[in-house]
Amino acid sequence: MSITQQGPASETLVERLRRGLTNGRFAAIMLLLPPALILFSLFVIVPLGESGWYAFFDWNGYGEPVDMVGLQNFERLFGHSVFHQAVGNTVKIVVVSLVIQMPLALGLALLIYRKTPTNAAFRLIFFLPYILAEIAAGLIWSFIFDGNYGVSASVTQAMGTEPYFLLADRDWAFVAIMTVIVWKYFGFHMMIYIAALQGVPDDLLEAARIEGAKPLDIVKHVQIPLIKPAILVSAFFAIIGALQVFDVIIPLTNGGPSNSTHTIVTYLYTFGLTRLKIGFGSAVGVVLFLSAVLIAVFYQRIAFKKEPQS
Amino acid sequence: MNQVQFFRQLARIAILCVVSAFVLGPLVATVLGGFKSSAEIRTNAIGLPETWQLEHYASIVSSPEFWRYLFNSLVISLSCVFLTLLVGAAAAYVFAQIRFFGSRMLFSYLLLGLMFPFATAILPLFIKVRDIGILDTYWAVILPQTAFGLSLAILLFRTFFQQLPKELFEAAYVDGCGYVRFFWRFTLPLSTPILATVGTFVFVQSWNNFLLPLVVLNSREAFTWPLGMMQFRGEYLTDWNLVLAFVTLTILPAILFFLAAQKYIVAGLTGGAVKG
Repeated sequence: MSITQQGPASETLVERLRRGLTNGRFAAIMLLLPPALILFSLFVIVPLGESGWYAFFDWNGYGEPVDMVGLQNFERLFGHSVFHQAVGNTVKIVVVSLVIQMPLALGLALLIYRKTPTNAAFRLIFFLPYILAEIAAGLIWSFIFDGNYGVSASVTQAMGTEPYFLLADRDWAFVAIMTVIVWKYFGFHMMIYIAALQGVPDDLLEAARIEGAKPLDIVKHVQIPLIKPAILVSAFFAIIGALQVFDVIIPLTNGGPSNSTHTIVTYLYTFGLTRLKIGFGSAVGVVLFLSAVLIAVFYQRIAFKKEPQS
Repeated sequence: MNQVQFFRQLARIAILCVVSAFVLGPLVATVLGGFKSSAEIRTNAIGLPETWQLEHYASIVSSPEFWRYLFNSLVISLSCVFLTLLVGAAAAYVFAQIRFFGSRMLFSYLLLGLMFPFATAILPLFIKVRDIGILDTYWAVILPQTAFGLSLAILLFRTFFQQLPKELFEAAYVDGCGYVRFFWRFTLPLSTPILATVGTFVFVQSWNNFLLPLVVLNSREAFTWPLGMMQFRGEYLTDWNLVLAFVTLTILPAILFFLAAQKYIVAGLTGGAVKG
């Protein structure tokens, strides 16, 4: 990695320091490292710490936080039915990601991982939604679901029925949102699998074929086990990603109807920031942070337990 | 080709086409929607327009606000790319080249950003940005966005720098080239592939970001395009044609950019997948 300069054994500390200065080692550390450390500390770590501090205050963000209320923000939060709904919705996103999105992505990856021109074209198509801004995706789908103007209007009109507003329906709005989420992100997971599948050596597949294995057996017993690391990574992205869903919801439902489609982040935004309840919102931030850390730690434990070195 | 293979192939193509329709349908409806009249958009949301109306696109393109939003987004995104590449590469270079007391700890510290969602600290960030006095300026987005992107950038940069041939540094060192000079003269120029990958990622993320600008930008003068688009949607609730034209004009550059930068985006994805 780095070059080790072995000075004479009798070298004093001062001499070592001077040598460090003249070849620029010390200068490099002092010049190149601080910008990143300062930026990162100031705009990521410090706010994170402050979040933990503000969470104990009733504070509207002006002046200094003085009204210490202990755990009251957390009590209010955990007692708030909308927050329960938001957590439930976030869990739903995780489940849909793991049960629908990932198998879909894996199936498609298996169909098009080989490098042919048609496969490349399908790959581009499937990846397209991922590069769009969430806001754009949300707006596009809110048009599709619009009962008066959109595709769903065309459908109800063609069938001669009343206009139907999916996004205004408490029971169906979140299903619609999850459809959009699958649409937006399955291509991302597919790309991860494709990259992994391309790394599986061809002669291994050939050998299995010669032994008489059926295509499905090869998938099950050769390809999937070999790309397990990629699957674990994509599952992790899906879970952590579910914790951050925000932009898609805003143009689609803005958390409604009657607060039924909030996620943790839209909840934080709506009940913390827009009402300037900085203390309360910070408590949501703290819960979000702890969930992310817990998930990361447990995931590492469980997912990578049996792998000998990693 | 025997019969089984034939049907298997047929099924495969059928599946791919169905999924393609699911993916492309909304996009096509969006692009075409901007060309339709208000009456037509209600009855014919997916088909081709009867008469192609250019007025909606024209009115978006001729609005100075639209360009203002795009300009703001461009300035912010490019600044984020520039800062992340400079600051991130510099730090990663130190971690890759120099072993010193505490380096492992500092490295792990900088990677903490990979662990949790951006939104966790958004409220204190808002307060901080306000107290520093940069609320409603480009800096209010650029600095936090860059800071949060540093973790991934440093991780990818360090891996790449470690793979550069050590002999090069030894030779340069013998010729009297110090660490800092070496970073500028050799490491950065040799790292264009990874600079492009990270740069592309940072650009796309910053270009699409919504939450941070929403929280720290108040005036329409400073709005980035996702904010501008939401504002626009709010004002033209029933004019889907205009909104769709707006959406189309902002997603087309993204798609074109993706087609051009594809290689780097995919490289970044697979790089990340291997790392985990």
